[in-house]
Amino acid sequence: MFTYYLELAIRSLRRNKVLTTLMVLALGLGIGACITTLTVLKLLSGDPLPQKSAQLFYPQVDPFPMDGYVAGETKPQPTMTYTDAMNLLHARKATHQAVMTTTGAKIAPQQANAHPFYSDGVMTTSDFFGMFDVPFQYGGGWTESDDESRARVVVIADFLNDKLFGGANSVGKTLRINDHDFRIVGVLKHWAPQPRFYSLDLGGRDYGDGDAVFLPLQSARAADMAAGNTNCFDEIKDLKHLETAPCIWLGMWVQLDNSAAVADYKAFLANYARQQIALGRFHRPDTGLPDLMRWLRDEQVVPDDVRLQAGLAFGFLLICVINTVGLLLAKCLRRSQEIGVRRALGATQRTIFAQFMVEAGIVGLAGGLLGLVFAELGLLGIRHQPAEYASLAHLDVSMFALTFVVAIVASLVAGLLPAWRACVLAPAPQLKAS
Amino acid sequence: MQMRPILSTLRRHKLTATLLTLQVAFTCAIVCNVAFMIASRVQRISVPTGMAEDKLAVIQSTSIEKGENQQAQHAADLAALRGLPGVQSAVAVSYSLPLDQSESSRGTCPSKQALDRAEQINSIEGSGCMQPTQYDGTPGLINTLGLRLVAGRDFRPDEYVSTGKPTVAIITRALAQHLYPDKQALGQSMYDGDNYIRIVGVVDRFLRPNLRKPGVDDDSMIWPQRPDGSSVLYVLRSAPKDRQRVLKAAAATLLKINPNRLIDPGRVQTYTQIRAKYFQRDITMISLLFASALGLLFVSALGITGLANFWVQQRRRTIGIRRAIGATRGNILRYFQTENFLIVSFGIVLGMLLAFALNLTLMKFYELPRLPLYYLPIGALVLWLLGQLAVLGPALRAAAVPPVIATRGV
Repeated sequence: MFTYYLELAIRSLRRNKVLTTLMVLALGLGIGACITTLTVLKLLSGDPLPQKSAQLFYPQVDPFPMDGYVAGETKPQPTMTYTDAMNLLHARKATHQAVMTTTGAKIAPQQANAHPFYSDGVMTTSDFFGMFDVPFQYGGGWTESDDESRARVVVIADFLNDKLFGGANSVGKTLRINDHDFRIVGVLKHWAPQPRFYSLDLGGRDYGDGDAVFLPLQSARAADMAAGNTNCFDEIKDLKHLETAPCIWLGMWVQLDNSAAVADYKAFLANYARQQIALGRFHRPDTGLPDLMRWLRDEQVVPDDVRLQAGLAFGFLLICVINTVGLLLAKCLRRSQEIGVRRALGATQRTIFAQFMVEAGIVGLAGGLLGLVFAELGLLGIRHQPAEYASLAHLDVSMFALTFVVAIVASLVAGLLPAWRACVLAPAPQLKAS
Repeated sequence: MQMRPILSTLRRHKLTATLLTLQVAFTCAIVCNVAFMIASRVQRISVPTGMAEDKLAVIQSTSIEKGENQQAQHAADLAALRGLPGVQSAVAVSYSLPLDQSESSRGTCPSKQALDRAEQINSIEGSGCMQPTQYDGTPGLINTLGLRLVAGRDFRPDEYVSTGKPTVAIITRALAQHLYPDKQALGQSMYDGDNYIRIVGVVDRFLRPNLRKPGVDDDSMIWPQRPDGSSVLYVLRSAPKDRQRVLKAAAATLLKINPNRLIDPGRVQTYTQIRAKYFQRDITMISLLFASALGLLFVSALGITGLANFWVQQRRRTIGIRRAIGATRGNILRYFQTENFLIVSFGIVLGMLLAFALNLTLMKFYELPRLPLYYLPIGALVLWLLGQLAVLGPALRAAAVPPVIATRGV
């Protein structure tokens, strides 16, 4: 039966080539726009570490003075002072904990007459690699004693290793960063979480390639490397001695494996804030412990523009669907006589309904195919934008499937009304009219 | 034209007419809001900086030597840059220009009393103090950038300092009005917490490196202070067409004078590039919004034409009868045009309500101002025109139906 409807539908669609083309074109445009914007939205609001994000938390405290503080409204600061970061780090209240900030690393290649260049770097502590499950190609991270002894060691990214050492095992070799020699202890496999959640408030880029070098915080600071983003809340004498300055410039991540651990850590943070208030270092009691996805929402990593584009695309699809309803309705009313004849020959209302839904479904399928083409074109356009996330915009399998789901659903919704009108048509007057 | 037959026909085609009305209404609502968003973004990206933008180019140099006398190097670099063919003038600034994103701003008060007031209420709001951007630069900055002095004078050579704070400043007209709303700003002394700084000149405009909100985007002051960091931004003025050539020559010259420096290729730019980079996202958004508005109008026109075509075909016999009993071609044409006008009008009325509802929703989620009322009549006009254009083809076909159709059976 279905194949018969299919045949009928195709015959009817071919009879009105222009109208069919218009319907498919409009539906394709709407679907293409939706899938393009949804792909970007999904890309930007994705989970950077799907296996681990639920266990990663971002502790926040607030060393700022009481000025401008509104109880219950003021959020704790997004970064920490060195003192607080070290206190929390050394308390070891979590399974893993690491402190970090970004830096610009001036890298001088060994080769003669190669110019030095700047790369993105991260200054952090030894637990960074274990906590974030960072994959290594050669070697590994540094140890806690390297942190303490300010060892001049460095972990480099795959792309930097390819550039400087042609992809060979470079562990043990020396890299000159900011005029100091660092020994390479590890080379990463490709690792670039999107968004780069660990440096959101630390002055790094949000999307794109990963960082090139990872250095022990204290060693890098001893080599005069500057912090990516510094915010001071009191008179400062100089920015060289950030460790003792009243400035926030470090982010901290902790791994907490279950809800009991989370509750304990919350209590620990609140207690820490109370203690610091008693010592006169803090004035505000608020603390925060968002998990990774919550932190991304708080930080609003998805630009408003992208949401707006998605909304616009859905508005567009809505109008395309209304348009298709109108045109399908027109087509089906024009075939009143044919329906009358079929009904008189014994076709039930259900058969007529099914026949018209199949026709709508075919329009949807064609619209989906065309929409796929438009979506690929749209994403091609986005990849040519200079935005940080541009190179990541690709259609994946789930979006590919979603295209057809959206297309079929949209066309079936559009087909409902015309199909219903067609099946309730009384056959006798139609026959009489002819 | 008699309305009654049209209305009664429409009543017989309630469903299709409603669908068309809905489509026009949604299109009207979305297109009005999209047009408004396009207009506000166009306004944002066309903000004037106060400079002769098309004549400027910049090149950043970062010294990798420690402890050398940076200012002597800057002076030597500037002398060499000024000697390049095509360069009309050159100055050095620490790091920033309007729309160039790195910014240094500082709390500045019209008087010491205002600062006390600010400390008392614990806020800069309402104290009379402002948070202007502070620009620096070597002598000749005003002329090289092409800023327009509207009062006072440029700095004298003896007013330039190499370290520490200067005693005089030039401010923008906007900052002058914000600091001293009811007196002449020229000659007043601003207080920044430690020092008094006398205003010796006022320039028409000088935009900030980062836009905040329209009211304070022009609050800037210039200090006669030579850059003394290892990183410096050279600003070159030349004829617009010479800029690329001058930049290439400048990069080569700087590396020849002293190769111990980094020149980031991303920071060898004409000012036009700096501006385009700052507004890149807005420009993308404008083109996207524009494309989608056109797409929407196109789809709506398709819908109108499609349905009108269907109606004409369905009513061929009726049209034939009307023609046979004396209706002219013009009558038939106008009938379909009026019918379309009516449907589009219903759609527009509904669409205006929807446009406002949509605008209210957008205001809640995005920082968007209220939709100005004059967008509605413009939107209505566009949709009426679109409707008439879309229906013209089918209506002409209807008018061409010969009266003899009436006498034939189907």
